[in-house]
Amino acid sequence: MHELAVTESLVDAVIARLPDKRVTCVRLEIGAMSGVVADSVRFCFDIVTEGTNLDGATLEITQPPASCRCRICDVDFEPDGPFALCPCGSAEVTVLAGQDLKITSVLVV
Amino acid sequence: MCGTCGCSPGTIISLHGPAGHSEEDHDHHAAHNHPHRDQERTIELQQKVLAKNDELADTNRRWLHDRGVLAVNLMSSPGSGKTTLLERTARELAGQMSISVIEGDQETELDARRILAAGSRVVQINTGAGCHLDAEMVARGLRALDPPGGSIVVIENVGNLVCPALFDLGEAAKVVLASVTEGADKPLKYPNMFRQADLVLLNKTDLLPYVDFDVTRYSSYLRQMAPDAALLQLSATSGDGTTAWYDWLRGRRLPPLD
Repeated sequence: MHELAVTESLVDAVIARLPDKRVTCVRLEIGAMSGVVADSVRFCFDIVTEGTNLDGATLEITQPPASCRCRICDVDFEPDGPFALCPCGSAEVTVLAGQDLKITSVLVV
Repeated sequence: MCGTCGCSPGTIISLHGPAGHSEEDHDHHAAHNHPHRDQERTIELQQKVLAKNDELADTNRRWLHDRGVLAVNLMSSPGSGKTTLLERTARELAGQMSISVIEGDQETELDARRILAAGSRVVQINTGAGCHLDAEMVARGLRALDPPGGSIVVIENVGNLVCPALFDLGEAAKVVLASVTEGADKPLKYPNMFRQADLVLLNKTDLLPYVDFDVTRYSSYLRQMAPDAALLQLSATSGDGTTAWYDWLRGRRLPPLD
């Protein structure tokens, strides 16, 4: 389960940036095609933050939809699930967005 | 690049709060149930979660580039034949190409011993509970391995089609090994892994007469996920088709650094 490593990276990154702040909320973007399961990150978050300056913080996750461009008909579309199939039937697509895994902001006191 | 201000990831921190509270922040507060306390303020980070791994991977890439060493990240599900392929590769290319191996497994040094017996230098990384190699582990492995200029390092990742797809190691190419005993639908089931592949090797073709595996269907599914990935069929056991794999290794050049 790479979500544990992902959650550790996320907590480490926040601590590295804000070592002296008490963080009460972390806002995270998990793209629809990032390969990371939001519920698993939520599951790991409380465990990983325990005893750190993020202890007790809430986790707000937004999941921006993916966007793909068909290489055959040049149309941009939002894929349904991880199978990036163009409405024209082509699977030869370029992923334009939705693969990001990003800490957007945090709340501190 | 950050969509808000155009910065590179991890470069800008802007404070919002009592001293400079924007309407946008206030709207966000109103949109969820978090208590809005005066002493609480938002700090924009806009930072990739795996930024640290990505930085270490870039350091590995530069280190490899400075030495003229080509690193290949070899990934597959457990039991696809990664180590068997590398044993044969080490034996058959001995004297032609310098190949060394970084072995990633949760436990044991069994694979490292096999590679060593086949004649290659090898470093074993045991990840313990970890399900993938990351750039920091590979950095330590590379320094221990100390590969000579002009050589190839194959990083045999932990057998897993999910987690290794997420972690850049600083490699020049990603190779996914699949086998005909696994089922032809794997490219559809593990899109993140196959989508990134530069090369897919379909192993155990000597077993094709005995298993229900449709190579044409597999190839079609792979095209859907990775239209640009090359596909080579081979048997690491019999040696059939391995010449094309060796040619691919010989022909692969170090990509320029960004």
